[in-house]
Amino acid sequence: MQPTIRLQRDDFDASAEAALLTRGRTDIGAVVTFTGVCRGDESGELIAALTLEHYPGMAEAEIARHIEEARARWPLLGVTVIHRYGRIAPGENIVLVIAASSHRQAAFAAAEFLMDYLKTRAPFWKQVEGKAGTTWVTAKDDDDAAAARWRKPAADEAAE
Amino acid sequence: MKLVYFAWVRERVGKAEEEIDLPASVRTVSDLIGWLGGRGDEYAYAFEHAKSIRVAVDKRHAKPDAAIAGAREIAFFPPMTGG
Repeated sequence: MQPTIRLQRDDFDASAEAALLTRGRTDIGAVVTFTGVCRGDESGELIAALTLEHYPGMAEAEIARHIEEARARWPLLGVTVIHRYGRIAPGENIVLVIAASSHRQAAFAAAEFLMDYLKTRAPFWKQVEGKAGTTWVTAKDDDDAAAARWRKPAADEAAE
Repeated sequence: MKLVYFAWVRERVGKAEEEIDLPASVRTVSDLIGWLGGRGDEYAYAFEHAKSIRVAVDKRHAKPDAAIAGAREIAFFPPMTGG
């Protein structure tokens, strides 16, 4: 399985990307497609746009490392991650994660795992344009907690 | 050694990257943050909350006690907010 990883300024077409992943294959039984979209508010304040800065080279490498980790945990048959950078207006796409597997459990879990790690470990930073000028978005504890739950040892999960 | 800065760390330092020769006493990531903080007002401002700074050594996340000997590129940035 060769994952697709792209960082780009331009928009993406989620359904076209999902179709690419399954084209000509009969072993895939589940495709989970997650699209992150720019909201028109941040912490209750209306925003005009987001600007995403990233660390070229490291962002791709970090996403590739997390896809490898996901493949070690679940039997994946295809993965696509596309993350945009630059200026993004409310209603526009930001990020796409597609996970394909024979069965739904692996596809759901891998897509969620990849998103949780993208939020906390992939080197991207959001800046919002609002009434008070431009400000950097602060990292959320909720996102750290979401990523941390995947670190739970397998033994603990079995005991629950 | 090349140092690169992102997001508000870049804005506070006032540059995106620089080449630098480090004294031999600077051995770890946290040594480097401390040393940079003493290079002038803009660096003191950028690194005033050392715990808020994340570091990557050669494009991999690194902990404060990580050694930096032999590194080509060290990056400093706030906690990530992508996705």
